[in-house]
Amino acid sequence: MSIGKGKVLNVAVSVGLATGIYGISFGALSVTAGFDIWQTIALSTLMFSGGSQFAFVAVGLTDLTTAITSSWLVGIRNGFYALSMAPVIGPKGLYRVLAAQLTIDESTAVSMSREELSEKKQGFWLTGLSVFVFWNSATILGAYLGSQIGDPKTFGLDAAAAAALFALVWPRIQKSVGAMIATAAIGSSLLLSLVLPSGPPVLIGAAVAVAVGFLIDRGKK
Amino acid sequence: MTPWLAVLAASAAVFSWKLFGYLLPKRLLDSKWLNQLAGYLTIALLAGLVGVQTFVSSGQNQSNQRIVLDERLPALLAAVVLLKLRAPFIVIVVVAAGVAAMLRLVF
Repeated sequence: MSIGKGKVLNVAVSVGLATGIYGISFGALSVTAGFDIWQTIALSTLMFSGGSQFAFVAVGLTDLTTAITSSWLVGIRNGFYALSMAPVIGPKGLYRVLAAQLTIDESTAVSMSREELSEKKQGFWLTGLSVFVFWNSATILGAYLGSQIGDPKTFGLDAAAAAALFALVWPRIQKSVGAMIATAAIGSSLLLSLVLPSGPPVLIGAAVAVAVGFLIDRGKK
Repeated sequence: MTPWLAVLAASAAVFSWKLFGYLLPKRLLDSKWLNQLAGYLTIALLAGLVGVQTFVSSGQNQSNQRIVLDERLPALLAAVVLLKLRAPFIVIVVVAAGVAAMLRLVF
């Protein structure tokens, strides 16, 4: 696993590149969902949170209110990432506003995988900027290709997204508590997906899994 | 509502979470319980997304979701093997895409 190993810059660039691969997928999906290229680019620069963006275009033009709500709810995890990143970023106001926009899965994961504060800072900023550049370039490319290639599934881009997310969670599930939380999250999200629209199952499933984690902790004491 | 308004509103909504975490009182950040919560929630949300992106197939509308075993599962299993072998992130992602694409091409 490259995260947590090697120089921070190398990790940041490779995470950015990997994210770019499914940024292509996002650009293509957004255009096939009926958003124009400028709206697609705006989603990647302004929203800049893959899960929320995928949720937004998945609901799509048919129900824009639900699209907003879904992307908002999927984005809640960024608030918790911000909570864990705040001590790393420090108290300065403008830095926090800039940092807020770059507070996503990848920048948080790379930062948290580091031990020393200076490397945590580097990991956050370098990964955030790297993903921002690659994600937005890839979105433009994907939006163009989307009008050409038809279905991004042909290239396995949906599976690439799942694999990338799994690679990000992998270092955290090496301890048994983490593995049990992950298992509970997957199980409950899937069950809830049978009865609820996309978005809420992941959130409610996560709440269940976190409760499982705290129960395991309590059992150990 | 126009698509543009929705894009801007949703972007602002997502940004509000990002900023909110930085504006919380400092003492909350020192709380062991909250740090643990944030760590657990990260695992839970990422894992849940993996599950949904691997096994859930949505129809044309969002109310029509199903659990399916398709080309994405072998792709994820290939990723697990590569993770155990400590392969670089980029290799894992490319191989997973390749496995799914090849299976779809063949079957």
